[in-house]
Amino acid sequence: MAMAISASIDVRGAGIAQLADQVRARKLKARDLTEAYLDRVGRLDPALGAFLLVDAEGARARADDLDRKLASGVDVGPLAGVPIALKDIFVTRGLETTCGSKILRGFIPPYESTASQRLADAGTVMLGKLNMDEFAMGSSNENSSRGPVRNPWSLAHVPGGSSGGSAAAVAASLCAGSLGTDTGGSIRQPAALCGVVGVKPTYGRVSRYGVIAFASSLDHPGPFGRTVDDAAALLEVIAGQDRRDATSVPAPVGQYRQAARAGVTGLRIGVPAEYFGAGMDPEIEAAVRAAIEEFARAGAEIVPVSLPHTKYAIATYYLICTAEAASNLARYDGVRYGYRTPEARSLEELYTRTRGEGFGLEPKRRIMLGTYVLRSGYYDAYYNQSLKARRKVADDFAAAFSRCDAMVTPTSPIPAFKFGEKTADPLQMYLADVMTVAANLAGVPALSQCCGFTGAGLPIGMQVMAPPLAEETMFRVAGAYEARTDWHRRLPADPLGGVA
Amino acid sequence: MSRIRPEEVREIAVLARLALTDDEIARMTQDLDAILGHVEALRELDTSATEPMTHAVPFECPLRPDVVEPALTVDEALRNAPRREQNFFQVPRIIASATGSSEEG
Repeated sequence: MAMAISASIDVRGAGIAQLADQVRARKLKARDLTEAYLDRVGRLDPALGAFLLVDAEGARARADDLDRKLASGVDVGPLAGVPIALKDIFVTRGLETTCGSKILRGFIPPYESTASQRLADAGTVMLGKLNMDEFAMGSSNENSSRGPVRNPWSLAHVPGGSSGGSAAAVAASLCAGSLGTDTGGSIRQPAALCGVVGVKPTYGRVSRYGVIAFASSLDHPGPFGRTVDDAAALLEVIAGQDRRDATSVPAPVGQYRQAARAGVTGLRIGVPAEYFGAGMDPEIEAAVRAAIEEFARAGAEIVPVSLPHTKYAIATYYLICTAEAASNLARYDGVRYGYRTPEARSLEELYTRTRGEGFGLEPKRRIMLGTYVLRSGYYDAYYNQSLKARRKVADDFAAAFSRCDAMVTPTSPIPAFKFGEKTADPLQMYLADVMTVAANLAGVPALSQCCGFTGAGLPIGMQVMAPPLAEETMFRVAGAYEARTDWHRRLPADPLGGVA
Repeated sequence: MSRIRPEEVREIAVLARLALTDDEIARMTQDLDAILGHVEALRELDTSATEPMTHAVPFECPLRPDVVEPALTVDEALRNAPRREQNFFQVPRIIASATGSSEEG
């Protein structure tokens, strides 16, 4: 019986390449693997809230199709049978896509995002759509219109955001890997808070086609994996130029899994002084400093560097991202898709009421700020000045990378916090993005991986950044650290309350 | 001294096509004031010799042949419309009718 077989597969902590190898060798049925993950989702997700939609029937049909093809000798791709899930910002043909917002409730996209199509072409099985802060705006996943996601390491704590569902689902082994998006840290920060690997590649490395736009010049799709190897395996498949995204870069895709095994001997690892300032949790600083010592023992040269415009990064980021958001979110007007106010006597009222009723507080706040900074008379003082400050931040990175091959910093100055702790003060929530936003402004690749735990048992994230298109260097650093430590082997306990 | 007044917040809401409640106007006034206070720091930055940066990586707009390709059918394009009339998105009457009706056609 299929259920008896699937129940015998322990997928907690399973590696993506190992699962795919077993499926490709027909030692493991894609269907049984899918059932094992669906079983976990069904039992454990009610306590976590990571999924907005579980496509169990679609996943089963897909897995059966893969098994039939494999049985007849067809190569179904390098990630054969690997169960994955997508942040609900990736449009999926025929499957509701809401971006965590009431204003897109019921939207059934007529097309598929490039990144999710490439995952499918590689043989993965898509389990469902993952919870997120509305329109990817938030750092705690408390801004979802469909309720919060809970951190698998402590249900009283947030998973981070905006890709909170993507991070929590991987941490809790509800899927083998996932996709998220990172506009100011929305992959790396939840990866840090949930103790998994989250990768924001170079701007344009992964196509934005079919990724619902928040701030187009800052939006980066990328993968989550439990390990560096898992994340590298996913990035190898989704990266690469796409004719449907004019800003996707034509550079060849690297061998990220191989790079992760190359070691760091002779690499110069920069430590930017500005990322170890006041306000950082002392346990986080200690863990990242210990990691830097580990790199020295592994044969890297540690180089002090400086990113002097770091103190302007948050202001620059929030001016640019809100200006772009105000423009991108103008399309939600109740005419073509999504929510429409039931009572409108004029077109003007249709627009204003639909938007007033459909958007939550955070998108409204950002649309308002963005409209303000783009307003005639303020444009030069705010928006244009922020574009110039962005160049200064990017120039800092170019100067630092003339002295080092990669940089290592904390990902977040604080570990996971409790629900409600920061919601009252949006500025305080924004300031917590201080270590992630600069990589979006500069477009450089950056990832977060686990480098320890606090005394309370919450994961600590370390950020690795590299020059534009140097993802292989970034993976060398991350892979070398993971090979010398065992933080990535720790798994959170399954939440209680699941059905036995 | 506050950087933004409630009246100004109401003006911005009109420009942004957002119907906000009085409570939301009060909340936005307070939040935008705090955020604008923080971004004030950017003014001290000397950018007189700096060009604005609009793309994170060097960017040249790629060209492709101008060839007709399959696109969405009318039914696919209209499938998500909250209100549809034949092959059109339906909206409230835009120009006031001489006969007085402002109902959706």
